[in-house]
Amino acid sequence: MDFNATLIGEMISFAILIWFCVHFIWPHINKAIEERQVKIAEGLNAAERAHAELKSADVKVAGEIKQARLQASEIIDKAQQQANQIIEKARGEAVSEINRLKATAQDDIASMAQRARDQLREQVGALAVQGASKIVQREIDASTHKALLDQLAAEI
Amino acid sequence: MASESGGLTEYIQHHLTHLTPHASKGGFWAVHIDSITVSLVLGVLFCLWFWLKARKATAGVPGRGQAFVEIILEFVDGQVKDVFHGDRRVLGPLALTVFLWVFLMNAMDLLPVDLLPWITEKFGIGHFRAVPTADINMTFAMSLTVFVLIIFYSFKAKGASGYMHELFTAPFGKHPALWIPNFLLNLVELASKPVSLAMRLFGNMYAGELVFMLIAGLFSAGAGVAGWALYGAGIIGYTVWGIFHILIISIQAFIFMVLTIVYISMAHDHH
Repeated sequence: MDFNATLIGEMISFAILIWFCVHFIWPHINKAIEERQVKIAEGLNAAERAHAELKSADVKVAGEIKQARLQASEIIDKAQQQANQIIEKARGEAVSEINRLKATAQDDIASMAQRARDQLREQVGALAVQGASKIVQREIDASTHKALLDQLAAEI
Repeated sequence: MASESGGLTEYIQHHLTHLTPHASKGGFWAVHIDSITVSLVLGVLFCLWFWLKARKATAGVPGRGQAFVEIILEFVDGQVKDVFHGDRRVLGPLALTVFLWVFLMNAMDLLPVDLLPWITEKFGIGHFRAVPTADINMTFAMSLTVFVLIIFYSFKAKGASGYMHELFTAPFGKHPALWIPNFLLNLVELASKPVSLAMRLFGNMYAGELVFMLIAGLFSAGAGVAGWALYGAGIIGYTVWGIFHILIISIQAFIFMVLTIVYISMAHDHH
């Protein structure tokens, strides 16, 4: 237990060390720590925000996909309807065309038949006149009896 | 070794003698050059180390060195925060200085007890005690500085009249007849703080150093087979005590720091 001037010297050095620590060590390190704490807090906040944003984006995307699907099915329906309409229309047109063609064909047939009948009638008339003239020879004069013969041909 | 000439007692006495200037042996100016040198070297080392890290400290990703320094600082700051609820701009660094300086000085105890004296002997210096905290001047220097701070903060927090009022009226009461007992009790309480602070650290470190010396004495205690057996026991004992001492030096540094915080925080409290 020998106290001496060492005590005072050490007290002075201790005070200097404390002073140095107060002014040159503690504030700098503490500042860095506190700044980093703020940074970390901000980073965590940002991460949380990003997470929430991602979630809402997911929901939005799901909604949009749903709507797109709905739209696609609508388009398909419409297209099908249109196709049906076109087919229907084409069928109607075809039927009317067929009918028209049938009608003209029938007309042709009818006129051709008429012509044939007329020809036939004339030929029959001529044949009848020929036959009759052969039978009666001179008695019948083609020119005088022509009116009669025509009448006969028309009756056949 | 000293044991050849005078045995263990002389060996220990030799190791317990401080390095002092020859001219002033024994007097007030018999400054313990060894304590001052070691404590200053350690104090400067600690300041330089932390200062270098503090200068380059960034808020970004810290390097290993910065992280280590920050862990120590945050540990100390946490201890201060637990006890003291005011401005920590002085008490924090004070606690850090106390903790690290005491720890480093205590850690000198872990150097082989003969190492520094053996080195200094090569330079013609006969006595050299490596552990400044085993020097009562050192521990009292710290505790008295803390004591000055206690008084300073008592005045600062309460004002001169407030502090005087507290010294004379607490803890018993305001009655004039109680002023003297109050004051005496407060004086004892005040005085006990630096004394207990210094004596605890000094006692632990002095005893620890002494045990190291006793164990070291085993290395040269005998001859022949018995001598070698003692030598082995010495190695084991030194190792075990050294490992145990790591705990002691840390705990003593920690206790000194915590009590410093508590005392200065108490100086801020109003009764």
